[in-house]
Amino acid sequence: MNIAAVITSQFRSLWTVLQHTFTKADTVEYPEEMPALFPRYRGRIVLTRDPDGVERCVACNLCAVACPVDCIALQKAEDEHGRWYPEFFRINFSRCIMCGFCEEACPTYSIQLTPDFEMCEYDRQNMVYEKEDLLIDGTGKYHDYNFYRVSGKSIGGKDKGEAENEGEPIDIKSLLP
Amino acid sequence: MNESIGSPLQIAGILIGVILTAAWLIWVERRMIGIWQDRLGPNRVGPLGLGQVIADMIKIFFKDDWIPPFADKAVFVIAPVIIMVTMLTAFVVVPFAPGIGIIDFNFGLLYFLALSSLAVYSAVLAGYASNNKYALLGALRAAAQTVSYEVFMGLSLMGVVMLSGSFNLREIVEAQRDGWFCISQFFGLLVFLIAAVAESHRSPLDLPEAEQELIAGFHTEYSGMKFGMFFVGEYLGVTLSSAMIVTLFFGGWLGPVLPPLVWFCLKTTIGILFFVLLRAALPRPRYDQLMMFGWKVMLPIALVNLVATGGVALWLES
Ligand code: SF4
Ligand code: SF4
Repeated sequence: MNIAAVITSQFRSLWTVLQHTFTKADTVEYPEEMPALFPRYRGRIVLTRDPDGVERCVACNLCAVACPVDCIALQKAEDEHGRWYPEFFRINFSRCIMCGFCEEACPTYSIQLTPDFEMCEYDRQNMVYEKEDLLIDGTGKYHDYNFYRVSGKSIGGKDKGEAENEGEPIDIKSLLP
Repeated sequence: MNESIGSPLQIAGILIGVILTAAWLIWVERRMIGIWQDRLGPNRVGPLGLGQVIADMIKIFFKDDWIPPFADKAVFVIAPVIIMVTMLTAFVVVPFAPGIGIIDFNFGLLYFLALSSLAVYSAVLAGYASNNKYALLGALRAAAQTVSYEVFMGLSLMGVVMLSGSFNLREIVEAQRDGWFCISQFFGLLVFLIAAVAESHRSPLDLPEAEQELIAGFHTEYSGMKFGMFFVGEYLGVTLSSAMIVTLFFGGWLGPVLPPLVWFCLKTTIGILFFVLLRAALPRPRYDQLMMFGWKVMLPIALVNLVATGGVALWLES
C-alpha cells in the first residue's frame, strides 16, 4: 500500500468536493417548477381507442397477468360482432408501481402509461380507477395501430384473410397446390 | 487566576448561544452537504430553510418517548444526558474573547480532555442499557475507538503546552501573538484534528454509529427527545472541537481589525464547516484499519512531534 497515494487521495477528495460549492444544483423545485417529463415517462395509466374511435382493449388479460403487484382486474365480455371488450376494467393505483409491464404485455397498444404523476387523493378508495376513468378518446402514443385490422381473428364485417398483409386462408385438407 | 470572569448574564448568553449553534448545525450540515452534492438541502421552512430546525424539534418533542421493555431503564435514561452535560460543561473553559467566557481556569486544557473522555460513557452506557446486539457492538467500538484516540489527543496537545508553557487556554491564546501554533505544531494539529473527529464520532470516523452496518449503533433503541439529545450532543461536540482547534492552533480570538469575539466565531465557523466537509467527502474506514491507523501511524507521529518540540524548545532556551 502506497502511503503517499492514500494520503493525497484523501486531500484530493476534499478538494473535489469543495469545488462543488460553486456548481449549480441539479434540483428541480417541483411544485413551483415543473420537471420536464418525456413522452414515455411512466405515470398515470390510460386505456386508448383505435383510430376508428373504438376501444382497443380486447380483454385478453395479458396485462393483468404481467402485473407484478396484481393491481389490474377486468372481466371479458363479447359484443354482437364477436369482438371482445372488457366489461369492467379496474386499476388500483394505490398498489401500482408504475413499472410499465402491462404496457409491454398488451398486444393491442390499449393500455399505456402517460407522463402525469399528480394523482394524490385524500381517500384511499379514490385511488381505484374504473374503466370510465381510464378510457381516453385518443390513440395515445401509437396513432395508426388497429389490432383487428392486422390480426387474423374474424369478427363481424371482417372475415379470415381480409386483414392487412394477410393472405387467403389455406385449406389444409385439400391436396391441390 | 482561578477566579470566575463570567457574569450570570454572560453565562446565560453563552449557554443559549452554544445550544442554538449546535441545534442550527443540523440545518447547516444538511444544507452544506446538499450543496456539495449538487442538491439544495432543506430550503422550505422559513427563509433559506432556517426554520427546519424548529420543525424538527416540534416533531421530535411530540414523538413517543419509548423505552424498550428489555432495557435497563435508569441507565437508558441517563446515557443521553451524559453527553449533553459533559459537552456543555466543557464549554466552561472555552476562551471566547478577552473578558468573555465562564471561568478562567489554570488547567483548562486538562479539564477539556477529561470531559471529552467522560463523553464516551454516554455511548457505552447507551449501548449497554439498550440490551440490543447492534447497540452493544456500537458501544464496544465507541469504547475502543475513544480510548485509543484519547491517547494521541492528549499527546498531540503537549507540544502546544510546551511552547506556551501553560495549561491555561487564555495564556495559550496569548502565546500565539507572534505565530499561530498551526505552523510550529503542524503535526500536532493533524493528530488532534483526526482524534477530535474520532472522539466526537463524526463521519468519516463514526464507526460506533455506522448506519450501513449497525443500524444506528449505540443509539439504535433511542427515539424522541432522547435521540435528539444524542443528536444535539454530537453537534455540541463538533462545536467544541472546532472551538478548541481554533483556541489551540489558530490563535483563538487574535486577529486584526475585527473585534476578538467576531474573530473567534469566524474561525470556529470555518472549523465546523471543515468538519462537515470531511463528512461530505470521505468514506468510513474499516474498524481494524481505524485501530491500525491509530496505533501505528498516529501514535508515532504524536510521539515524534512531542520529542522534537521538546528538543527545539530546550535548544532555543539554552
Ligand atoms: S404499471 Fe406495472 S404495476 Fe402498474 S398496472 Fe401496469 S403492470 Fe401493474
Ligand atoms: S389492456 Fe391490453 S393486455 Fe390488458 S386486457 Fe386489454 S388488450 Fe389485453
